[in-house]
Amino acid sequence: MTNADPVLKISVRGLRKSFGRKRVLDGLEIDCDSGKSLVIIGGSGTGKSVLVKCILGLLHPEAGSIRIDGIETVGLRRAARERLTQKFGMLFQGGALFDSLRVWENVAFGLIQGRGMERAAAKDIALAKLAAVGLGAEAGELRPAELSGGMQKRVALARAIAAEPEIIFFDEPTTGLDPIMADVINDLIVKCVREVGTTAVSITHDMISARKIADRIAMLHEGRIVWHGPTEEIDRSADPFVDQFINGRAEGPIQMQIRAA
Amino acid sequence: MLTFLAAIGTVFLGFLAATGRIVMFAGLALATTFTPPFYLRAVLREMVNIGYFSLPVVGLTAIFTGMVLALQSHTGFSRFAAEGAVATVVVLSVTRELGPVIAALMVAGRVGAAMAAEIGTMRVTDQIDALTTLSTDPLRYLVLPRLLAGVITMPMLVVVADIIGVFGGYLVGVYKLDFNPQAYLDGTRQHLETMDVVSGLVKAAVFGFIIALMGSYHGYYSRGGAQGVGQSTTYAVVSASVLILVVDYLITAAFFGR
Repeated sequence: MTNADPVLKISVRGLRKSFGRKRVLDGLEIDCDSGKSLVIIGGSGTGKSVLVKCILGLLHPEAGSIRIDGIETVGLRRAARERLTQKFGMLFQGGALFDSLRVWENVAFGLIQGRGMERAAAKDIALAKLAAVGLGAEAGELRPAELSGGMQKRVALARAIAAEPEIIFFDEPTTGLDPIMADVINDLIVKCVREVGTTAVSITHDMISARKIADRIAMLHEGRIVWHGPTEEIDRSADPFVDQFINGRAEGPIQMQIRAA
Repeated sequence: MLTFLAAIGTVFLGFLAATGRIVMFAGLALATTFTPPFYLRAVLREMVNIGYFSLPVVGLTAIFTGMVLALQSHTGFSRFAAEGAVATVVVLSVTRELGPVIAALMVAGRVGAAMAAEIGTMRVTDQIDALTTLSTDPLRYLVLPRLLAGVITMPMLVVVADIIGVFGGYLVGVYKLDFNPQAYLDGTRQHLETMDVVSGLVKAAVFGFIIALMGSYHGYYSRGGAQGVGQSTTYAVVSASVLILVVDYLITAAFFGR
């Protein structure tokens, strides 16, 4: 980064995280500009979710730096962390909807509990966000368990964007959805980034989704970023890890654990 | 021999580490008590869960405990012609000891398990992480209301258990053992002191805290899907039950030990 560069929205340097003897992140470095969409690809168990959880403050790295808007966030105290969290939205892979609350209460949760908004005003916003993901007001009165998997994913997306956060993390946003619904979700993510100016960081295995929503793609392997660049350059990356992954080949430098056993 | 000592040392160190983790967990949750936001509705909901919905099971166990106590003490005391002490023994045993302990063990099985299962399921389905990303402290939102509700509600529940337990003794004393009703009531009142009831209620408040803490702690640190949640439910009930009996002795020693 030169002095002429604007402040990066997210800047990660030398990030290390282990679970027991297994080192999951090993000096990882990555940046994301404000208002851009970064997609992180990589095999299962390579640490993509761990990276996002470290940025969100859900996991504590052993070493390294995570800067948001130029401010160091590793080691933040509780109150400062709570303020920082207001910048974030997160779509969890399994939805992580609250079973005991109705759908609209799930979507409005961050507004009511996190920001102290009145229930009536928060409900109006929740219903508008539900409409944006193609769900009517009647769905808002149901419990999450009464919805299909695809509908739950859309509710989770509505919840992630409800408070209009500056940075949204998407963990496998299209997994488990039919191709049409997956494209609807992709469109919504693109809309968030292009129209609202949100910064998006997504984790996915779905290359169709990655190509559609990403401004830049980064490939994570064995705890490090092995390639990153603009989306349009991924097909001519000349990186054997990227080539194997985007073409879905069993043969190549990435060895699945089942093959190594 | 060295291996044996090392094993004892490992178990002891593990015990100390677990105690430290539980104390830290409780401390972090309680530290949120006096700063907003306050989740009063959640506290009330937990009070209804712990108190109102436990009434049937606590009432049933209390009445039979009182009845058995009257019957047993009568057969024992009749051996040295002290049947007249039955009413006093029943009321002292129930208020000081059996009311709080039996009620707490029942609530530990019913509510402690449910708390661990609910919070544990939230943990393994990322709902607790979701709370954090929605600017809500999970300790403040999930744990503190349960701790407060446990401390507030258990003494109320034990007052009911005490009354029902003494009534159970009265039923057996009057209708089976042919005590004069007035004499039985006089025996109940005569030797009962305020401290007998107060010590029972203090125990109840501490037991309520233990049940909620164990349920929340084991649920909060659940790992590994359905199996992990099942395991945390078991740990919550077993650890709460053992702690209730240990702490019962310590509080009794503090109040009445010489």
